Formats: sequence, structure tokens, C-alpha cells
Amino acid sequence: MGKMPDNGRDDANRRPQGASAAMRDLKDWFIREVLPLESALMQFLRQNWRDKADIADLRQDVYVRVFEAAQKQIPDTAKPFVLTTARNLLIDRVRRERVIPIETVADLETLGAASNDVSVDRALIARDALAKLQAALGKLPPHCREAILLRKVEGLSRGEIAQRMGVTERTVNRHIAEGMRALADMLYSEAAELRRKS
Amino acid sequence: MTDSQTATMVEEQAADWLERMDRGDWSEADQSQLDAWLAEAPAHTVALWRLDGAWSFADRLAALRRPSLHETLMARGRRVLPVIAKAAAGVALIAVVGAGATYLVPKPAEKTFATEVGGRKTLELPDGSRIELNTGTVLRLADDGAQRKVWLDKGEAFFDIKHDASRPFVVITAGHRITDLGTKFVVREAADSLEVTLVEGRARFESADTAIKPQLAFLSPGDVVVATATSMDVTRKSQKDLSAELGWRRGVLIFQHTTLAEAAAEFNRYNTQRLVIGDEKTASLQINGTFKNDDAASFAGTARAVFGLRVEKRGDEIVLSQ
Repeated sequence: MGKMPDNGRDDANRRPQGASAAMRDLKDWFIREVLPLESALMQFLRQNWRDKADIADLRQDVYVRVFEAAQKQIPDTAKPFVLTTARNLLIDRVRRERVIPIETVADLETLGAASNDVSVDRALIARDALAKLQAALGKLPPHCREAILLRKVEGLSRGEIAQRMGVTERTVNRHIAEGMRALADMLYSEAAELRRKS
Repeated sequence: MTDSQTATMVEEQAADWLERMDRGDWSEADQSQLDAWLAEAPAHTVALWRLDGAWSFADRLAALRRPSLHETLMARGRRVLPVIAKAAAGVALIAVVGAGATYLVPKPAEKTFATEVGGRKTLELPDGSRIELNTGTVLRLADDGAQRKVWLDKGEAFFDIKHDASRPFVVITAGHRITDLGTKFVVREAADSLEVTLVEGRARFESADTAIKPQLAFLSPGDVVVATATSMDVTRKSQKDLSAELGWRRGVLIFQHTTLAEAAAEFNRYNTQRLVIGDEKTASLQINGTFKNDDAASFAGTARAVFGLRVEKRGDEIVLSQ
């Protein structure tokens, strides 16, 4: 079992959500099984979609479809389910937009094979997770990193962090929110992703 | 259809929500606003889960808590140090994180503690919190250093929790969860219900089932939540009742206008020798007093003396009747 998703699951649910038991199970599953596939999903999307500007939205749409399907029933194995969902989404997009570049058609024909080729070694992800956490912190803007360390390591409140950093509480909020997004990208997508963005 | 901005905008909003949740002053009003936002689109839920998964994962940074890091951060006073020194400090910080990684490899996630019938046990946690297990109790403790969490599988326990806003202490039992906000409280699990009594401080009780209204309760001292699979009720107890409730911590049962049926049920939690009430009339008699919880025989003797009952020993049972 991947260490990252297993532990993330319970911690995540302890935050106030007011969710039903079914919703909590779904969230557990999503964090434990789906999110660790994100780097594979991103690789798949990048390989099979020409406009890189669409990738973030495609990823979100895949997650929404996975979420909606899993609300009815959580699939036994996440990986084929997520990648098939991604493939179907791309096919729907191509059909609806009626813009079918030659390359896309070619890609779509090999998609079945491609979706089996993306290998996800969960143990590797778990091992890498700690290294990624460190790497992610290292790549954050210094003020973000400091705010996150003060929160997570020192356990300081927002007010205390503001005082320590000599900034307003609103600024602390911004640093933390920014840090949350960067951490998710680093942990779930490729490390290369963040570098490309910044 | 989604344009290239949308996913990013959703993610920004999700991060704002998560940051608000993380502050530790979450209210019911916040919750309903969040619920409204989540109801707008499923994309909101998945975006929040994604960030939450990563942010919670970063909780294991707490394992790095140590003075040297504190000093490192203090030494980084931004206005004092020149830019180059600041960059160097940043590198040192990452090295600290790297050095701490050995701590972070999770061990088997839980430890189990149990008491026999009639047993009692006190757990002292590294953070200074204390948990006292009553008779016939099974409790599991998350043991990865990053989270403070216990599962009460069976029985009753008293919690005296050192508050830490960044690491709430969570008790999970029968699918319900209690989150401390700086607290002393008692959780008792019976066959078909769960009772949570707040002695001191504040706590949040969250029911597992959305069918139960209200799903969420903020408890003040003296509040008692009784939750079953299908209902949840909050009542109040007087200080006197509270201390009676906590008698077990001193090994006693305290009865105030307690029926013999209830008293017998209490004794039977602590002893293998069972008290049995032989008839309806005896069952409804009321008794006051403080009794050692491991001595059903002397309780039976008192009942005989006070009410003129017949006491009969049959194997492992003591039968009280008219």
C-alpha cells in the first residue's frame, strides 16, 4: 500500500467537512487510489492532447467524471478506470469540437494500448513521496515555505505566524493557500510540472 | 465548456477554503458556506479533496518538531540577513527536512490497548495527554507521530487532552468522531449507543450519518451527547452527576436514585460474577450511595439490609429478589 495515500486519507478526513459516511469513503478512496495516479494521468494527457493549455482542465474533467461514476459505485481497480475515463473524455472532446487533427486520430487509435503501458509503481510513489515533499518545500517561494513550516512543524496559529514573519494575517492566508496548491502539484503531478509553471 | 482559466480558478478557491478550514476556528456558519460552494459543482469537491490530500500528507512535517529548526527559523530574520545568507538558510532548512526523513517512514500505524472486565489502565501520551481506560475496553492509538487519533472500539475511556490547534485530537467510535478543542471528556460505547460527556473545555461531535440531525454539535462542559445508529441527542448533566459519572476513575460506582436494575447493569460491567434481579418489583427499587465497583457481594448485602431482599448465590450469579 502506498504510504502517502494511506496516511493522507485519515488526516484529510479529520478536517471539518461535515460529510456523510459514504462521502468520506469516497474521499478516502479518491485520495488513496486516484490521486497517486495523477502523474500517469498527466503523462497520458500530454501524450494524447496537442494543446498543452487544456491539460489542467482536462485533468479536472477526468476527476469530475471519476468522482461522479464512483458515487454510484467505487470501482475495484482505480488505474484502468481512471485511464479509460481519460480516454473517453478525449474522444468526446474530439467528437464534440469537430476539430480532428490527424495526429489526434492516430493517437486515439493507439490509446487502448497506451493506457496499459503507463506503469504506476505504487511502492515507488510511496517512497518518492517523502523526497517529493522535501523537493516541493525547496521549490516553494521562501515566504510560502516559511509559512508552511511554521504551521506544520511549529504548529503555530495564523496570528503567531503573522507575528513571526512580520506580515499581516491576510498575507499568511495567501502564502498558505499558495503553498497548498504547489504542494499538491509537486506530490501528485510530476516534479517537472512545477518547474515548467514557474 | 471549460476554458483554460476555469480549473485554475476552482483550484484557487479550493485552496482558500482549505486554508480557512486549517485555521482551527471553523464554525457551523463556515460549514454551511462551504457546503453551498461544494454543491455548486462536482469540480469543487474534487479540487478540494486533491489539495486536502496533499496538505494532510504534509502533516508528517510535524515529526520534525525540534528546537534546532525553531532556532533556524528564528535566525532567518528577513530584515536582518542579507539575501545570500537567506538563501543559505533555505538550503539548511531543506537539509533538516531531509535528515528528518527517517522519522517520517511510517511504522505500523496503530497500537492497541485493552482492559479486562474489572480492569483499569492509564495511558500517558508523549504530548502530555492522558487516556484512562475503564473496564472491558479496547482502544487503538494512531502511532505515526504525525497525527493524534484514537479509535474506541469498545468500552469507556476518559480523555484529558493537551490542545494543539495544528494537530487536533480525534476520537473515532462507531463511525462518529469527536474532535477536541482543548478538553477533558468521557466516551462510553454501549451495545446500541454511544455517550460522550464533556467535563472541561470544548469539543466537537460529528455524527457519521447524514440522516442524523443535527449532524454536528459543539459541546460545552456538562453536555452529554447520546448517539445511536439513527439519532443524536444533546442533554446537560449537573456537576454532581458528572462526578458520579467519573466515579470509575476512583474504582467506585456512585448511585443517586438509581434503580437496582440499572445498578446491577453497572456492576456487571466490572465483574464476571453477575448481579441478577429476580423480579420487577425489586428491579424498580431505588438506591443511593457509593460502592466499590469490584464488590458486587457487599452491594447485595447492603440491598438486603436496606430493602429486606433475598440474596441467593447461584454459581456465578447473585440473585436479588423479594
